[in-house]
Amino acid sequence: MTTQAAPQPTAAAPQAAAIASALASVERPPRPTALTTSVVFGRRALLKIKHVPEQLFDVTVFPVMMTLIFTYLFGGAIAGGTDAYIAYLAPGILVQSVLFITMYTGATLREDIDKGVFDRFRSLPIWRPSALVGMLLGDAVRYSIAATVTGIVCFLIGWRPDGGMVGVVAGVGLLLVFAFGLTWVWTFLSLILRSQRGVMGASMMILMPLVFGSNIFADPATMPGWLQGWISVNPVAHVVDAVRGLMDGSSVGGEILWVFGWSAGLVAVFGSLTMWRYRDPR
Amino acid sequence: MEDLAVETEGLVKVYGDTRAVDGIDLRIPRGGVHGFLGPNGAGKTTAIRMLATLIRPDAGSARVLGKDVLREADAVRSLVGLTGQFASVDEDLSGLENLRLIARLYGYRGAAATRRSMELLEAFGLDDAAGKQVKNYSGGMRRRIDIAASIVVSPELLFLDEPTTGLDPRARNEVWDIIRALVAHGTTVMLTTQYLDEADQLADRISVIDAGRIIAEGTSSELKASVGAGSLHVRVMHRDDREAARTILVRELGVEVTPTSDPQALVAGLEDRSGVTRAITALEDARIGLAQFSLGQPTLDEVFLALTGHQAASESETTEEAA
Repeated sequence: MTTQAAPQPTAAAPQAAAIASALASVERPPRPTALTTSVVFGRRALLKIKHVPEQLFDVTVFPVMMTLIFTYLFGGAIAGGTDAYIAYLAPGILVQSVLFITMYTGATLREDIDKGVFDRFRSLPIWRPSALVGMLLGDAVRYSIAATVTGIVCFLIGWRPDGGMVGVVAGVGLLLVFAFGLTWVWTFLSLILRSQRGVMGASMMILMPLVFGSNIFADPATMPGWLQGWISVNPVAHVVDAVRGLMDGSSVGGEILWVFGWSAGLVAVFGSLTMWRYRDPR
Repeated sequence: MEDLAVETEGLVKVYGDTRAVDGIDLRIPRGGVHGFLGPNGAGKTTAIRMLATLIRPDAGSARVLGKDVLREADAVRSLVGLTGQFASVDEDLSGLENLRLIARLYGYRGAAATRRSMELLEAFGLDDAAGKQVKNYSGGMRRRIDIAASIVVSPELLFLDEPTTGLDPRARNEVWDIIRALVAHGTTVMLTTQYLDEADQLADRISVIDAGRIIAEGTSSELKASVGAGSLHVRVMHRDDREAARTILVRELGVEVTPTSDPQALVAGLEDRSGVTRAITALEDARIGLAQFSLGQPTLDEVFLALTGHQAASESETTEEAA
């Protein structure tokens, strides 16, 4: 006979009588609204940040590194000096930081699906999109942290936007609207691809040409014609134009409309596709 | 109309070339435990997931507690609970936070959600671990928090997908006690398992499922009776004698005698018991030493073998997967 290793630090065994009374003592509470359940899921995302603070790494350290690298590596070459370059780069690098982070939403969703916890959420009698909408609400907090961190770094190394605080906040707000739309692309991908790695790979492939084939780092006027053609239709370039305009205090009404149009389109198309796959995921 | 917990007709789910569920007809009455018994990949989980409205059938229809799983999916969701094969709680959150999350989603507000969660944690012997992250729970505690999460609002029908797979014997007994307590309260439980003794112990009725089809249905005794009067288990002292013993048994009993994976053992399904005395005498005359010679009700293992022509829950398969 073998002796048991150190006993698990488990609690007492379950009690049949207590289980029976727990089952019997229930009156069903009224059904919560779509807003309530979405907010509950948003709080889950925040609780997860509390328990796993490492996951804030990508919204803090990463944007700082990107900002410093691009400013000091290319500042002199592109704009003749870092002070001049940060004025051009800062709004763009803000957009880049936040858009890269949106990818993690898809990866997180895939993880939830793989671990089975989404089966539980989907088996509940609640407004169906609320688990996803709640996730995006929680992510809005992460996006805001990334934007704040990036903004502060840019300020510290000499960025003084003409639009002032109001312009900066308006620019970040507009950026969050677009990020909300774009995230539905990743949620859809995470429902049709079967591994977290696949989701990250596909998201990266889509995001790279959108972010780097844009006006974030340099003036498109210096680029070959075919690339200028791409940038003129690239939605991220429109976001950068609009955010840059708001932060610089110039008039960008048309660009802002473009961004709202793109965001609404993304939600309409990929939000619907996501909910369609959500009924019957792989 | 009879009041059924689950009623399906020609339920089908296809994944690529695989017909995971291939035309299942079920009529499961309310109350008690209905067991879904089959090896890995037989389609048990797929069937349960369709009934719990997690995936949509490709053909056929299903009604759960009188509600259609497609047209009245939301009504079904409000009446059933589900405990998946993998712990379907958030491992990063504590036990209490998990239950509070579910309670809030059911409409409990702040303090009421906490009260209900604590009540369940105490009932399931988890109050000491309430503040610990679920990732630090033992396998048995995970299953308990998982089942607790399924009954935050008492369900009329509870789906349990392989609730004891991977648990040690003590934890398995605790889960069995929980299931018995649920049934005693009047909850209908639909349980999938690949363990024959589990189905034997818990289930009032059993559907045997293989390759997406139901191949037999009945109480555990009915299933056993369908195989024959019982079975004869013979174990020889020396493995070299097994073939000789088999020849003698076939001659004396007039039935098929099957060697088992144990190199010293033989098993035979009997239509009647008349030849048994002659058989043991013949073995003695041939000087074949016997370690065991016993008559018994067939085990569900033998039932499965007789029904499908292959072993249930093939131990070798499970071991290979684990390796």
